[in-house]
Amino acid sequence: MSLVTGIIALVILAVIFGLILGFAAVRFRVDSDPIVEQIDEILPQTQCGQCGYPGCRPYAQAIADGDDLNKCPPGGQATIQKLADLLGREAKPLDEAHGVEDIKKVAVIREDECIGCTKCIQACPVDAIIGATRQMHTVIADECTGCDLCVEPCPVDCIDMVAVTPKPDRWRWDLDAIPVQVIDATTSAKESQHG
Amino acid sequence: MADVIQLWQFPGGIHPPERKSLANQSPIRHLPVPQTLYIPLRQHIGLAGDLIVAVGERVRRGQALTEPGLQGAVPVHAPTSGIVKEITQHPSNHPSAIPEPTLVLESDGEHESITFARLEDPHQRSTQELLAHIQKAGIAGLGGAAFPTAQKLRQPQHVDVLIINGAECEPYIVSDDRLMREHAETIVQGIQLLQQIIGRPEAIIAIEDNKPEAIQAMSDAVAGYSHMRVQVIPTLYPSGGEKQLIQILTGKQVPATGYPADIGILMHNTGTAYAVARAVYHGEPLLERVVTLTGEALREPGTAWVLLGTPVAHVLEHAGLVPGPQQRIIMGGPMMGFTIADTRIPIIKSTNCILAPTAQELPAAATEMPCIRCGHCEQVCPASLLPQQLQWLAKAKDYDGLKEHHLADCIECGACAYVCPSEIPLVHYYRKAKAEIREQVIEQQKADIARQRFEARQARLEREKQERLEKHKKAAEAREKALAERAATATRPAVDAQDPVKAAVARAKARKAALQQADAQTVQQQAHADTASADQTPAQQSPQQARVAAAIARAKAKKAAATKQDDSES
Amino acid sequence: MSFFIASSPHHHQRRTTQDLMRIVLLAMVPGVLAQFYFFGWGIAFQLTLAIATAILTETLCLIARERPIRQALQDYTAVVTAVLLAVSIPPLAPWWIIVVGTVFSIGVVKHLFGGVGHNVFNPAMAGYVLLLISFPVQMTSWMPAVNLAGAHPGFFDSLALFFTQYTSEGFSLNQVRLVEQSSMLDAVVMATPLDHLKTELARGFTLSEALNHPMFSGIAGMGWQWVNAAYLLGGLFLLQQRVITWHIPAGFLGALGFCAMLGAIIAPDTLPGINLHLFSGAAMLGAFFIATDPVSAATSNRGKLIYAALIGVLIYVIRTWGGYPDAVAFAVLLANLCVPVIDQYTRPRTYGHSTGGSSS
Repeated sequence: MSLVTGIIALVILAVIFGLILGFAAVRFRVDSDPIVEQIDEILPQTQCGQCGYPGCRPYAQAIADGDDLNKCPPGGQATIQKLADLLGREAKPLDEAHGVEDIKKVAVIREDECIGCTKCIQACPVDAIIGATRQMHTVIADECTGCDLCVEPCPVDCIDMVAVTPKPDRWRWDLDAIPVQVIDATTSAKESQHG
Repeated sequence: MADVIQLWQFPGGIHPPERKSLANQSPIRHLPVPQTLYIPLRQHIGLAGDLIVAVGERVRRGQALTEPGLQGAVPVHAPTSGIVKEITQHPSNHPSAIPEPTLVLESDGEHESITFARLEDPHQRSTQELLAHIQKAGIAGLGGAAFPTAQKLRQPQHVDVLIINGAECEPYIVSDDRLMREHAETIVQGIQLLQQIIGRPEAIIAIEDNKPEAIQAMSDAVAGYSHMRVQVIPTLYPSGGEKQLIQILTGKQVPATGYPADIGILMHNTGTAYAVARAVYHGEPLLERVVTLTGEALREPGTAWVLLGTPVAHVLEHAGLVPGPQQRIIMGGPMMGFTIADTRIPIIKSTNCILAPTAQELPAAATEMPCIRCGHCEQVCPASLLPQQLQWLAKAKDYDGLKEHHLADCIECGACAYVCPSEIPLVHYYRKAKAEIREQVIEQQKADIARQRFEARQARLEREKQERLEKHKKAAEAREKALAERAATATRPAVDAQDPVKAAVARAKARKAALQQADAQTVQQQAHADTASADQTPAQQSPQQARVAAAIARAKAKKAAATKQDDSES
Repeated sequence: MSFFIASSPHHHQRRTTQDLMRIVLLAMVPGVLAQFYFFGWGIAFQLTLAIATAILTETLCLIARERPIRQALQDYTAVVTAVLLAVSIPPLAPWWIIVVGTVFSIGVVKHLFGGVGHNVFNPAMAGYVLLLISFPVQMTSWMPAVNLAGAHPGFFDSLALFFTQYTSEGFSLNQVRLVEQSSMLDAVVMATPLDHLKTELARGFTLSEALNHPMFSGIAGMGWQWVNAAYLLGGLFLLQQRVITWHIPAGFLGALGFCAMLGAIIAPDTLPGINLHLFSGAAMLGAFFIATDPVSAATSNRGKLIYAALIGVLIYVIRTWGGYPDAVAFAVLLANLCVPVIDQYTRPRTYGHSTGGSSS
């Protein structure tokens, strides 16, 4: 008898708490950004298409649908780690098939060689190239994401990808990277004899 | 000053050995003019001005080399007469030594000046005139941050107190000390001008009590002036920090997201006041500054007037550097200065000290040991931060945590690292983390812009596609309508009217035939082209077409070469 | 030659962890000497064995964790832990007690938690508590102070007791204690004054009756008051050397003293007063040397006061109502647990911010 009471009591309790939890889940639901938005937020927005999708947003959609998260070379390992943290998936190393992590670059048009074909303008995913038919084109360096997509269509190969030169106010305090001037050992020896 | 004036305290602070007597015993001397000067076009916070001299041009001392331009930048001037040799990338006076655009001036040894235009009757002049003059004289804050002085004075807020910072709390540095001793009158004149510009607030000249001679000289100089007084403050590093000095003198704290002007305070350095007076009363732009040359590795330490753009090597040579193994050359003081790797680096407006210590004097940092949470760093932090907590977070790269612990409020004074028993280079960790956070913010902004541009482009392409479709649809409708009208009005035979398909096929056949004919013609032409093009094409084609052809030829050649290479490789 | 690149500041105070620990060891000398004077040779053996075990354990742990050995050994933190543990346990406790305690302190409490700077608990106190609850008999067998006992076992007898639990004549430790006590006093088995007090009060005596015992001459019990005074002296030296700040000792002794005063006012018959609380047991040792262990203590000044006050209150509570006569170790460990919370809520207000960090 007592066994039955116990079971009944437990069942009733389970039902009650289940209802409470269920109610809480609906009532106090925390609205979060749709997952695609959050993934898109993490991706570097180079729109380079190296992942095999036409831009960052489509790749974000693909990741949300279950695609691998290691197909973004511009974002590199840091982006993979962030995506893994967000999605609770395992952080894999970058898929070499899609390219390797590289230093930051921007496209530069050798302007005297440009024939004004507008092919690069059409290729640029962020409209960072200005120019018109049969007029010289140029890249807005600040807007260029370094996606590489304009290099291939150029019929005269006048676009170079140039590494971004560091500026003092964007320096990251890498003391080891400072070139040290080497002074002639003999003069310093002479100097020290004086002292 | 008979009445006792209340002073406040900032939390923390340290008493490192002062070692000021090394350089403050002798008067400020003049160094010989160097053969070559490297004048960075940008020597202040902000953008560089527009260059107004050409390579090869002879310039005279005091001549402007850049003008403010659209950005309203601070101009730089030629510190001596000579020839502009080149404008090049030269290692900058920055911890990173990253090259920046620099004008190389080859001195002709004559030191010939332009006629300096001083401002007559400055006390009758309007604020705008004075500000324009200061701006033209290229004056930027000489305390170390090199913020454009005119811009700082142009703050819209009402200023109650003007603080003249003569604290000079950092060990070794004595530039302001010597300047105050020798040029107290001029400094006071400058302070008066500054007061005039910002509406005559009270001026407090704050000097640490370890500079009795400077205090005496300044007190004598201000004797006749009202609204101006010398305030002696206790020696405690970093009391010369802007925020700390404000707290000592007024008890107020500058809001974390604001400026001193928000609480009615403006602070200028004694050197800046001096430069303002020179510019207004003598018309001299900022051409030279007092630099402390100190450290036991120098045979002749002291202070000197050094022309802006003088390479450090020249200065060290005249101060008698005796380099030891692993010699450090520090720009600035031992607490906040940075080591330089290259003695071609020039002296700029913000350089106040060159320190060449021996290894015994300032031994190199020992190995970093684990933090034992002793909390000494917290006791000395003038900003009431938790240095050791920041250190853990910085090592863990927890940038959100760092922001929450107010890393941005760290003034990098180095007090925490100075006392750390484990010799952890705390400030270095903070600097790296700050740079990392800054980069992340910039990258995020760039990514946001890129996303916007990408989405705008997608929207545009979509819109264009829709418009095209719309146009096609309209055209098709119009065609159909026309056809229908024609069908209705025409009195054609029923067979033809009933069989439009046949007509269409016939039309297509005719077109194909025409095309084939054209093809045959081009082939024929091509055959001729090899022989004829050489003399025919250039005459017929415009230069534009010629360039296109040349470019295409080049591309083809390149492609061919590439395939060839591929072939040979494979 | 090339120039040497470094990050600022280029100047350093040059007082390293090693220096701090040396000063701590120096400051403990008066207390250790007092203990030696009142309790005999045992302390010397305990110290020697504890330090030797600590260094050995530290070395083995560093080897196992593949860390640089020399550097870590030179910081003296292991030695300080060993000394604190050695002075906390009864001088004639058998040799394996201190060995077990030290190995646990260094190996488990310090290194398993990540080595110096990472341990959550005070290693010495965690070791002490382990010993106290595992070997309660050995850990409460304190000798009476020398003034009461007349003479302690000599060097060789102590050595023999330390290693074999028997003197050269074959007396066990308990027999020695009984002989010593009975030769001087009534044959009450007693340990420390605090222990005695607790027993007597539990037996229904009033405070004044319990204190009516020769060992309570002076302000807080023969011997013990001088040991505490000696540690107070060492603590003042630490303060003067700026190795510790005043916050922890003040919070600790202030809270303990305040509770004792309150208790003495409310129930003067059963609760002992300030002097007894502050100068008996490990009060001074705890206030200046144990609670001030930087690694496991709170960090901000306000946090330190709260942390120390918590210890003081806990000590009073456990001493008065708990099952153990003294309570420094338990109180310190409990307060260690609260440190993260205290740190979280006592963040100082950063310059230029209107509120402290905890609210953000």
